[in-house]
Amino acid sequence: MTKRIILGAVAIVLVIAAAYASFYIAPEERTMGVIQRIFYFHVGSAWAGMDAFLVCFIANLLYVWKRAAKYDWLGVSAAEVGLVFTTVVLITGPIWAKPVWGIWWTWDARLTSTFVLWLLYVSYLLLRTLIEEQDRRALLSSVFGIFAFLDVPLVFGAIRWWRTQHPSPVIMGGPGSGLEPTMRKVFFFSVLAMHFLMAFLIVERYALEKMKYEVDVLKREAEPQ
Amino acid sequence: MNLLSDTATLLGKELRTEFRSRELLTTTVVFILVVLILFSFAISPTAEESREFGPGLLWLAILFAASLMLQPCFLREQMNDTLSSLRLAVSDPFAIFLAKLIANTLFLLLTEVLMLPLFAVFYNVPILPQLHYLLLVLFLGSLGISIVGTALSAISAQARMRELLLPLLLLPLLTPILVVSATVSASLLDREPVVLWKGIGFLVVFDLVFLTALWLFGEYLLEE
Repeated sequence: MTKRIILGAVAIVLVIAAAYASFYIAPEERTMGVIQRIFYFHVGSAWAGMDAFLVCFIANLLYVWKRAAKYDWLGVSAAEVGLVFTTVVLITGPIWAKPVWGIWWTWDARLTSTFVLWLLYVSYLLLRTLIEEQDRRALLSSVFGIFAFLDVPLVFGAIRWWRTQHPSPVIMGGPGSGLEPTMRKVFFFSVLAMHFLMAFLIVERYALEKMKYEVDVLKREAEPQ
Repeated sequence: MNLLSDTATLLGKELRTEFRSRELLTTTVVFILVVLILFSFAISPTAEESREFGPGLLWLAILFAASLMLQPCFLREQMNDTLSSLRLAVSDPFAIFLAKLIANTLFLLLTEVLMLPLFAVFYNVPILPQLHYLLLVLFLGSLGISIVGTALSAISAQARMRELLLPLLLLPLLTPILVVSATVSASLLDREPVVLWKGIGFLVVFDLVFLTALWLFGEYLLEE
């Protein structure tokens, strides 16, 4: 319990600090102006969301292998949290795109694959609501989760190679890309903050799922035979 | 060796079941036809536009049709309570998937081959010059659809709302197939046809990735 409170406190402090840094410490971008500052939260959320889905994938694999309920709890927690971060990405993206590109949405590689990713995990969570039996739900949704995660690089590749007009990546892109040093520091700080927030949310959600399971068990025990 | 003979026996069973009634094939052909006609009503394309958008619409129709066609794949076994005897009959449950996915690929290909001439007529696209490449793309695309679809129909058969659930699970997963097959087909049917080998390679990779995943994880989908 205390560990969870500490993690939560650290996450909140870091997110507030990241917000301060992205508004007051990072220099203003030359062409885009103040709207560019959304980038620190936008990309930070994108990376945190992607990593949450990675956690979900690992939990799915572990469930199929070990069949322990805790991996199922971790899987659903990570998927939900990843979905929240991806939703943030899909909302902050258009807010940035409208003034900069002049349009809310374009079918470019990263936008589209993020959207497909979002859809895949919505299906994953929907599937879970439609299977009654606990063990069956855990197993079937784990296998679907594995299929969904394997699909991600394929979706990205397909759209990137055959649906063009993508702007080249700024981070870890080719020559000519990259960030001004202060921006870079603020950026990686935001990424760190978002990861703490993600970890905190997953831990909380996991505890909730565990409690739900325990209540179920108690209920079944209390029922007259 | 066992896997192959089991698969062959089960494939025979799948084909016999279908060709006795031909329900699936007839329904799917009519369905694709309806969708193609509705598409042209919805956008009323010019000759140039139908050349450009036709292949994409064709693939979309195939995807929709597949998501309906794959529905009874495992549902039928479940309704007739034959899944557990199937599992007992084979030494490797992968044989069940393999037989079903081969059968589904064949059914899909058959409907596509029946649809192609009608597509060519309605959308004014000459298909004959590049037919062999087109068939290759249709085969690789249908194989991918069947691999993923067979696995997911085993999942959806065990859930509530399965009729809605299967397309919902299947269609987002098949985005790569749609994007690549439509692009490769469009460039084949262009005025100056090009064979996009990279796209064909991509389809092979997609099929291999999910065939391996099905081989590794498929058996868990059939657990009682």
